[in-house]
Amino acid sequence: MHNRGAVAGAVVLLLVVIMAILAPVFFPASPWDMVGAPLQPPGSPDLLLGSDMLGRNIASGIAYGARVSLVIGLVSALVAVVIGVTVGALAGYFGGMVDDALMRITEFFQTIPGFVLLIVLVALFSPSVVSIVVAIGLVSWTPIARIVRGEFMSLRTREFVQAAILMGESNLRIILRQILPNALSPVIVSGSLLVGTSILLESALSFLGLGDPNMMSWGYMIGAARTVIRLAWWMSVFPGLAIVLTVLALNLVGDGLNEALSPRMSRKVQA
Amino acid sequence: MTKKPSRAELMGQSLQSRRTFIAAGMASVAARPAWSQTPKRGGTLRTIINPEPPSLVLGISPLIPTGTVGSKIYQSLLSYSFDLKPYPVLAKSWTASPDGRVYTFTLQDKVTWHDGTPFSADDVIFSTTKMLPETNARWRFILEQCESIKALDPQTVQFTLKGPFSAFISSFVNSTCPIMPAHIYGANTDYRNNPANATPIGTGPFKLKEWKKASFIHLVRYDGYWDPGKPYLDEVIYSVVPDSAQRVAAIETGRVDLVSNNDIEYFDVPRLRQQKNLTFTTKGTETRSLMSWIDVNLRLPKFQDKRFRKAMMHAIDRQFIVDKLYFGLGKVANGPIATTTRFHDDAAIVKYPYDPKKAIALLDEMGLKPDAKGIRERVSILALPYGEVWTRQAELVKQLFGKVGIEVTIETTDAAGWARRNSNWEFEMSFNFLGQFIHPAIGVARAYISANRRKGVLASNVEGYSNPKVDELFEQGATAVNDPEAQKAYSEIQHIISDELPVLYLTELAFPIFQSAALHDAIVDGDGASNDFSRAWKS
Repeated sequence: MHNRGAVAGAVVLLLVVIMAILAPVFFPASPWDMVGAPLQPPGSPDLLLGSDMLGRNIASGIAYGARVSLVIGLVSALVAVVIGVTVGALAGYFGGMVDDALMRITEFFQTIPGFVLLIVLVALFSPSVVSIVVAIGLVSWTPIARIVRGEFMSLRTREFVQAAILMGESNLRIILRQILPNALSPVIVSGSLLVGTSILLESALSFLGLGDPNMMSWGYMIGAARTVIRLAWWMSVFPGLAIVLTVLALNLVGDGLNEALSPRMSRKVQA
Repeated sequence: MTKKPSRAELMGQSLQSRRTFIAAGMASVAARPAWSQTPKRGGTLRTIINPEPPSLVLGISPLIPTGTVGSKIYQSLLSYSFDLKPYPVLAKSWTASPDGRVYTFTLQDKVTWHDGTPFSADDVIFSTTKMLPETNARWRFILEQCESIKALDPQTVQFTLKGPFSAFISSFVNSTCPIMPAHIYGANTDYRNNPANATPIGTGPFKLKEWKKASFIHLVRYDGYWDPGKPYLDEVIYSVVPDSAQRVAAIETGRVDLVSNNDIEYFDVPRLRQQKNLTFTTKGTETRSLMSWIDVNLRLPKFQDKRFRKAMMHAIDRQFIVDKLYFGLGKVANGPIATTTRFHDDAAIVKYPYDPKKAIALLDEMGLKPDAKGIRERVSILALPYGEVWTRQAELVKQLFGKVGIEVTIETTDAAGWARRNSNWEFEMSFNFLGQFIHPAIGVARAYISANRRKGVLASNVEGYSNPKVDELFEQGATAVNDPEAQKAYSEIQHIISDELPVLYLTELAFPIFQSAALHDAIVDGDGASNDFSRAWKS
């Protein structure tokens, strides 16, 4: 790895993952438990980052929030990638009517402001982890579909694909075995960036009170803290930092992947 | 009609007003709230309205913001002091027959509508028998108690009741019985879509000058107001300020003279109370007396043992809610009748201090043993979508219940979703709050009597409580001919209901009011900032 930023990002991300995994070890009590007096500043006994207005431990909330943010970020990015790849692959491979139909649907989703659609979807299906993941997936698959369609359109005309068609391989097999592996690197890059975007979307939803009410997430913590920011800055600052660092780390890693996987860029680096 | 009165006329009026005041006091029609110093004429009262009401017409919209502004334009026959005694507004005096069935109101002289049309008993008859029964659920209930409403002459109205109804004289709150102009609404019975709704015409001390949507509502003094010399102020300006930080800044910097209702968030109250140039009160909630609780869907088998409900009640630290979430404003609620409602009887109430050990003992006694995860029972609670404090309460209850082995799933929804699910009984437990309106027969009975288990109706007996004894006692309380008799019934009700706990009581809500030191007599009765401001003045 030549990219220092990507290394730093990977290290931060690794720390966040470790924090998420070890949360129950550091904080055996639930992050919702009222463990101390309300509104204690950071550095109070047993409350490294202070407590909120119900006396809940902010540090514990950040550790458990990492689990929620990472899981929602990863799974919703995965949902978006699955939908995007399917639509893009079908449109790019078959072209013609199929392409037209699928691209009109894609454009339909692109013209609706994503966050507004997200709020509508979550409000409609009542907020829960599943509905949030599915809704984030549904509003963020379109760029992936565009990228994959482009890759498929160009790869479809290559000799190895023509050969596979002549050999009588089924369309499904050609899509999955011949073209897809060659189209994956841009998908991986934008997928990794999507994880960061999904974390931000989930935080924004929770901030607005549309998160899963039974899960402690960073966005929720900021949303709950915003009204008392003049009384207790620590309630919003620490979860805010957690979001910034995690999303920044994901973006750095995504950039690193982009350089590593794109042949032109990697050649440039070597030269 | 709306010519400007000359200086001499004004002085004459103020003299006369003092005389009428003394006369009213000597006749002791009813105790008027006392006010201080000598009021000064003139000046502008700047205040805030949030959220902006959809309409200012009290007769068609029951919303609190409508009442806050509309109460300056429309009036009822009576209003109620801080201790809930009726005092004259559009009715100058009244008499009740000894059997409590016939009430005769004499109306004020020389009352005119804002368009100059004289006000008469016909307007009262029209409002109480035609318009309000269509538009106001609380008035509809009062009207059901009436046999006839008649105008004896243009200045006298007589209500004959089907039987004694002790709450009758408490029914003339301006949000329940605003008197509406017959000459404007009489011809067109589609009241809600009447084009005249855009230009409210009332009898109140202020009339609408301009309403710039999303910006301000400008009321100006009605010079033809029936109470000579009043109002003291020239104008009242309501600014629409949706952002709470801006509202705090507005009162702190003196750009407004008054903030009320939900203008100031609770967490800002302790800081504002330090400000020397502002006066603070939580009075003025007496008429409405909002009380919050958790509805328990008694139709579900798991809630039917009252020991379970008692255990849940012992598990909730309500003092924490008052102290930490409401920053010390409000009170712990213990029983169905609020301390600020008539016939509250503290001695009759069974109380449930915060005591998790006792809760656990009750659950053990019921045989609800914890499973491997320490869970005895699972419940879901529908949270109220009305802001931070309600969300925190749901989270608090979830944690506190968890400590005694009751696992809570919080359900969230938007305001419309909450209203639909709560009124259609689609919940296990549900946060809720309700106003009591002076007399238990008006605002309390509706949540408990079995006849009011009406699916789809908000503010009804949504929990499904049914106790024939309680039904009978509410009937006795409502039909009592004197207060001691009513008190007896209501005391017993408070004992039975606080023992059986059809709902889990939380708090009596208080709303912080801050005023600049220059503003006087704005908050003078149980209606708080929703009184008519005819007595408010600025020094």
